[in-house]
Amino acid sequence: MPEMTLVGGVNAALAYEMAADDRVLVFGEDIGVNGGVFRATEGLQQRFGPARVIDTPLAEGLIAGMAVGLAAQGLRPVAEIQFMGFSYPTLDQLISHASRLRNRTRGRLTCPLVLRAPFGGGIHAPEHHSESTEALYAHIPGLRVVIPSSPARAYGLLLGAIRDPDPVVFLEPKRIYRLTKQEVADDGEAMPLDVCFVVRDGTDITLVTWGAMIHETLQAAEQLATKGISAEVIDVATLRPLDIETILESVAKTGRCVIIHEAPRSGGFGAEIAAVVAEHGLLNLLAPIARVTGYDTIMPLLKLEQHYLPSVERIMDTVYKTMEFA
Amino acid sequence: MRCVAQFEVGYTGYLDHELRVSGPLPGFAREPAQLIAAYRAMTSARAFDRKAINLQRTGQLGTFASCLGEEAIAIAVGLAMRPEDVLLPMYRHHGAYLSRGVRMAELLAYWGGDERGMDFQSVREDFAVAVPIATQATHAVGVGYAFKYRNEPRVAVCVLGDGATSKGDFYEAINAAGVWELPVVFVVANNLWAISVPRPLQSRAQTLAQKAVAAGFEGEQVDGNDYIAVRDRLDQALERARSGQGPSLIEALTYRMGDHTTADDSRRYRSAEEVEAWRRRDPLDRLRSYLLQSGAWTEADDEALQAECQEEADQAAQIYLERPPQSPTSMFDYLYERLPRAYAEQRKALAGPSDD
Repeated sequence: MPEMTLVGGVNAALAYEMAADDRVLVFGEDIGVNGGVFRATEGLQQRFGPARVIDTPLAEGLIAGMAVGLAAQGLRPVAEIQFMGFSYPTLDQLISHASRLRNRTRGRLTCPLVLRAPFGGGIHAPEHHSESTEALYAHIPGLRVVIPSSPARAYGLLLGAIRDPDPVVFLEPKRIYRLTKQEVADDGEAMPLDVCFVVRDGTDITLVTWGAMIHETLQAAEQLATKGISAEVIDVATLRPLDIETILESVAKTGRCVIIHEAPRSGGFGAEIAAVVAEHGLLNLLAPIARVTGYDTIMPLLKLEQHYLPSVERIMDTVYKTMEFA
Repeated sequence: MRCVAQFEVGYTGYLDHELRVSGPLPGFAREPAQLIAAYRAMTSARAFDRKAINLQRTGQLGTFASCLGEEAIAIAVGLAMRPEDVLLPMYRHHGAYLSRGVRMAELLAYWGGDERGMDFQSVREDFAVAVPIATQATHAVGVGYAFKYRNEPRVAVCVLGDGATSKGDFYEAINAAGVWELPVVFVVANNLWAISVPRPLQSRAQTLAQKAVAAGFEGEQVDGNDYIAVRDRLDQALERARSGQGPSLIEALTYRMGDHTTADDSRRYRSAEEVEAWRRRDPLDRLRSYLLQSGAWTEADDEALQAECQEEADQAAQIYLERPPQSPTSMFDYLYERLPRAYAEQRKALAGPSDD
C-alpha cells in the first residue's frame, strides 16, 4: 500500500475518480499547470488535460456558480477555493443555489458539486489564510460539510463527497496536510459521509473534535492515559448532517464531554454539539459540557497564533476540570 | 499616445413604434405566419401576466413580478432557442418559459408559493428563476462549459436586467465565458429601472452592451420592443454560439411598464408622463399594428385571439387553484436525495404522531 500524506490522499482521490468517471472536472485558481498552491491537484492536468483540470480566472464567485451550472448538467464538478478566507464570495452560490437546486425544483435539477478549501491556522501564513469558519457552512440546510483529519479519511471521504448526489463543502485542515503519513490503499473505496469516527476508545471522558485539532486532541488523550484518564476521541468528520448518535453513545458511556475546535467559541459548531448533547444526553452527564476553542477574537497574525489555537495543555486543563466533578 | 484598441457597439431596430421599417427585413419577418406565431405568444404571455396580477390582488397568489412591456424580449428568447438549449432566466420574463412549453399553471404554482411549480414537465434542464440578481450568470458559464466539454451543439441563454450588469457575478461570468469561448448568450433586458434606481445611476457606461467588449466578445444593442430586431439578433447570436464562435451579449432596450412587483408602487419614483411615453412604444401594439397594416391579421382575428388567451389563462388559474397542496413534510423531502438521519426527528415532529 502506498504511504500518503493528507494532501496526498486528496490528490489520489481526485486522480482515482477522474480516471474512473469522465464527468469529474477539477477547477480553481492555479490548480492546473501549478498543481494548486498546496499541490493538491499536482499532476492532474498533465494526466487528464486542460479541459478537465481547469485554471479559472481569479473569481471565487464564478468558481462556485460555474460548479452549480456544471452539476445541474449532470457533471461532477470538484472546485478548489485556494484558502477558506477567500471562500466567502461562494457563500451566495452555496446558500442561494447549490443547497436549494434540488428543493427548488422538487428534484428536477440537482447539484452534486464538491467545493474544496484548505482551512485552519498554524502555518504562519498572512492574514485571511488561517481561519476556521466551518460553522458558516454547517448552518446551511441542503449542504454537507465534511472535514477529513487523516490521510485515509481524506482519500475515502473525498471519494464519498464526489460520489454524493448533493453538494459537499470539503474542508481540508492544511496544518496537517503533511504532518503524518499513513498507508492508504488506492482502491477507490469511499468512506461513508454523515458519520462520526471514533478514533480512540476510552471510558472516562469523550473528546469531540474535527480537522487539525484531532492531532492535539489525540496527543492530550495519550498524556491523559498516563495519568489514568481514559479518553475517547471522536472525529466528527461530517459536521452537517451531524451524526449525533455516535456522540451520544460515547457520552452515555463516559458521562463527560469536551468539545475542541479552532474556530471562535460563540456560535461555533461546538455550540450545536453541546446543545444536542444537552437536549438528549443531559441525564447521562456527570459534569458540564466544556469547550476548548479559539477565542472570540479575530484570528491573530502569525506572531500570536500559537496563543489563539487550542493547545494540548488547554485541552488537558479542561479535561482535568471536567474530571473534578464527582 | 497611440490607439491600441478600438470598438464599436451596433444597434438594430427594424420596426419602430410609428411602424417605420428600416432596412431589409430578415427572412423570418417576411413570413406572416412566423410573426403571427410570435404575436400570439406575446398576447398569451400578457394574458398570463394580467391573470397573475388579478390573482395576487385577490389574495390567491404571492408577490408577482410583471413582464408588462417586455414581452418582445421574452418571446424572442423562447422562440429563438431550441428545446435542447438551456434557459437561465431572471424572474420577470415568464413568456420565455411559456413559449418553450412550460405550462402557465406551473408558473402560477411557483408564484403562488408551491415549489412544484419549478418542476417543469417540459424543458427539464432549464433553470428555475434566479431571484438573487445576476447569480444565474455564472451558472450559465457552467452550463455552457458542460455543452462545450461534451461537444454538444447547444446554447445556454442567460437573461438578466440592467441592474444585474452592476454586479460582480455578471462581470465574472462574461469574463469567463469570453476566456473559454463558451456557447452562452447573455440577454440584458434593459428596462431602465432596477426597482427605483434608474439606468443612469447603475452605470456611467454609454451602453451596457459595451461591457461585453471588456470580456473580449461582441456586445450589441437592439430595440427590445421590436420583436423582429430582438429575434433576428438572437438568432445570429445563438447560431454563433452553436457553431463554436463563442458568447454574445445583447442589450435589449425596453421599459418596465408595470411596477417592479406587486409589492412595489412605481409612482413613488417615476413620472406618469414617462410611463405614458413608453406606452406608445408597447411591443404588442407595435406588432399588432404592423400585422393589421400588412393585411395578414384582422381585427376579428385579434378579438378571437384575445378571448382565446384570456380563456387559456383562466383555465390555467383553475388548474393552479384546484391543485391539492403539498404535504408540510415535503419541505424535508427534497433537501437531499435521501433525508439524512439527523433530520428524522424534525420531520417527525412536523408530521405529528398520526402522520408518516
